[in-house]
Amino acid sequence: MLPPPIAIRVATEWLAARARWQPLEVAFWIVAFAAIWLFPDRHLILTEITWLGLFALSLDLILGYAGIISLGHAAFFGLGAYAAALLAKYEIINEPVLALLVAGLAAMALGFVTSFLVLRGSDLTRLMVTLGVALLLRELANRLGWLTGGADGLQGVSIKPVLGMFRFDMFGHTGYAYSLTVLFILFLIARRLVNSPFGLSLMSVKGNPLRASAIGISVDARLIAIYTVAAGFAGIAGALLAQTTSFASLEVFSFDRSADLLLVLIIGGAGYLYGGLIGAIIFKFMQDYLSALTPQYWPFWIGLVLVVIVLVGRDRITSWTAPFRRIASHLNWRALARHVAASSSERR
Amino acid sequence: MAVALETINLVKRFSGIVASNNVSLQIAKGARHALIGPNGAGKTTLINLLTGVQRPTGGRILLDGEDITGLSTHERVRLGIVRTFQINQLFNDLTPLETIGLAVSERRGQGLDWWRIVGSRPDLVAEVVEILERFHLADVIDKRTAVLPYGKQRLLEIALAIACRPRLLLLDEPAAGVPEDERHEILAAVAALPADVTVLLIEHDMDIVFSFADRISVLVNGALFVEGSPEEVARDPRVKAVYLGEEVADA
Amino acid sequence: MLTILFDGIAYGMLLFVLASGLAVTLGLMNFINLAHGSFAMAGGYVTVILVNRLGIPFFASLPLAFLASAAIGFLFERTLYAHVYKKSHLDQVLFTIGLVFMSVAATDYVMGSSQVFVQIPKFLQGQFEIYGIGIGRYRLLIIVLCGLLMVALQFILANTRFGSRLRAAVDDSRVARGLGINVNWVFALTFAFGSGLAGLGGALGAEILGLDPTFPLKFMIYFLIVVTVGGTSSITGPFLASLLLGIGDVAGKYYVPTLGSFVIYTIMIVVLIWRPQGLFSRAASR
Repeated sequence: MLPPPIAIRVATEWLAARARWQPLEVAFWIVAFAAIWLFPDRHLILTEITWLGLFALSLDLILGYAGIISLGHAAFFGLGAYAAALLAKYEIINEPVLALLVAGLAAMALGFVTSFLVLRGSDLTRLMVTLGVALLLRELANRLGWLTGGADGLQGVSIKPVLGMFRFDMFGHTGYAYSLTVLFILFLIARRLVNSPFGLSLMSVKGNPLRASAIGISVDARLIAIYTVAAGFAGIAGALLAQTTSFASLEVFSFDRSADLLLVLIIGGAGYLYGGLIGAIIFKFMQDYLSALTPQYWPFWIGLVLVVIVLVGRDRITSWTAPFRRIASHLNWRALARHVAASSSERR
Repeated sequence: MAVALETINLVKRFSGIVASNNVSLQIAKGARHALIGPNGAGKTTLINLLTGVQRPTGGRILLDGEDITGLSTHERVRLGIVRTFQINQLFNDLTPLETIGLAVSERRGQGLDWWRIVGSRPDLVAEVVEILERFHLADVIDKRTAVLPYGKQRLLEIALAIACRPRLLLLDEPAAGVPEDERHEILAAVAALPADVTVLLIEHDMDIVFSFADRISVLVNGALFVEGSPEEVARDPRVKAVYLGEEVADA
Repeated sequence: MLTILFDGIAYGMLLFVLASGLAVTLGLMNFINLAHGSFAMAGGYVTVILVNRLGIPFFASLPLAFLASAAIGFLFERTLYAHVYKKSHLDQVLFTIGLVFMSVAATDYVMGSSQVFVQIPKFLQGQFEIYGIGIGRYRLLIIVLCGLLMVALQFILANTRFGSRLRAAVDDSRVARGLGINVNWVFALTFAFGSGLAGLGGALGAEILGLDPTFPLKFMIYFLIVVTVGGTSSITGPFLASLLLGIGDVAGKYYVPTLGSFVIYTIMIVVLIWRPQGLFSRAASR
């Protein structure tokens, strides 16, 4: 016997509302793109916020949606950065967008290979392994000085115009527009992903991996898949850094970078995609402000922020970002509830 | 008699303890088979072995004649062995709609679809809603599982297993912890299971066992003790001794 | 070659003293304390101040370093850490990373960012030879002291009332509470003791490992390796892991200097793939 059409409509509407673009989301992106024309003197810091946001978005995919705690996400970021820088320096690939994609693929390959390490073991093991991989890469980059420039960083990188048309300038105009476009496209992909059946399965794996496998989900396969994708995103973020600054140095692999990234994501909140972006905005402005105050000791304040956030409680901190969340708006809920109540009492 | 599931000398040892002791069990296709036994008899261990949550120390498991001993849990689910858990194992942050939707889409092979928006296939949504209604969950489809009353959670637990369209369903104490006034819904749902689904039921409540089962296996200290029809098992003095012995100890 | 072995053993035993507190906290409270190195650094700097600036004899400053770190540990445990025990592992990681950043920056501010050295007594400097093996005097001291500590720890754990309470609380804190064991007190004392050991290790290690404000960050990975490879369910596990790590690192840097720490990280990753619960621990249920 088929359920009444009303119940199906209600369910379909709820699911559609779950993935629907909220007005605040649209406003966010409009403002972001408008900043290309509205705030030309801030383009340099906006570019930094953009690739940092993409980096944090990639961490959100594995931490917020799949529950993997990583202390070494900088491994993929750094690989992408060096890949893009090297491709440009030795003129292997001259077009930045193409180089970006290749760098992303390289990072994805590394992600795939290392994903097997995070499947087994406890949270601590995962932490160790991810940290180890990042430190390993840093050590490798350090030792291969003839290739990477070692501790001095990779010099002499010059980036050709984007698509052959848009030259990179020192005010960051091209840089910002380019980075923002890349971020937006990848964001759209991520958004589809988390709202898809695959994304739903990730949330189930994060919430209860035992039950997820008990309904036929291959937990390992899903984790490998999302870890690989997230690594690719992180690599592209690193490539953006390299391309917009024409430079890559060892500290792209550093523990500091992975730790700062955690903070960025936590400030904004994990698990709803915008946390990384919002966190990047807050973090960069905070860093800007604090570095001006106490240039040498600003890590102290970052540390303090982390301690306070944890003591106060992450949920309480991020509750103010609730309007940005992708859950259906309050109005829809009430209408839905009325529908459902009416239809089920009708059938009894 | 067509055999749906068969175990051959299944053994499970944990550092000294023998949790399953040479269990050779045969479950007929379409049967309503109950597994009973005192606490600590190894019933849940057996379910864990059958579903691949734990690996046996020895012995084999055959599903429709095929050896599945080496398969992982999710592979067995794909072959049709699905279980419920004694203590609810649900996705606390998902709603029943999302939970059942997940199971149905996985079953239909759409688990890797990363582009389509959840809920954009009308036939899938129809099936999901039908299952939710069958299990009296229609009025809570949009509530987070964590806030549902226990009875509803228990119904969801079973609905989730059913959504996987099992050939063999293993129910681990489906009525456990459910308040008296909500039990009948659970039991009605269990009784209404399709006839072609083989059911293995673990239960303590003898009323449920005797009203539901057409065959009973008694597990004591990890080994099969007695097997037979409900009448045979009820009359068997050894079974009474095992259970009465336990009751005397309680008193 | 035997000199390398000797140096590696000294390094390993030092790592053991430094990391043992972390092993206990992790095993006891299932708490990932990435800030453990900060307590070691505190002990190191206290020793530097006592010996270099206040002229206190080296051997007298060692127990003082222990006490200072233990006191700081106790204070932090009661005021801060106690609130974070019940939180998720992610929260613990964030919290302790925050503490590390704060301690590194604060130390940089107070003590300056350059590396400092302890003025060790004359008779501990230099080395002597036995059968062609170069025995560094200071390293010999480390081996002796750390060896004694290891034996003492084993003894305390196995033969004293506190030790059995600790082991009970590690096994099952709820049941331990039910038996009347004041688990909070056990936690606080253990944490303080572990921090004190870290401080002592920092004091001893300043000469060999190099002491500067980035110490907690530089050595975080080493402590974590000891704990994950060695497991947390015994004293011998971390001990063996420390020796392995110490010898491996020294030998690696000597024989294959181009690879440096590469060897250690690779070994760690390989071990963790092969045995995620550590080389020496019981099968973890967590």
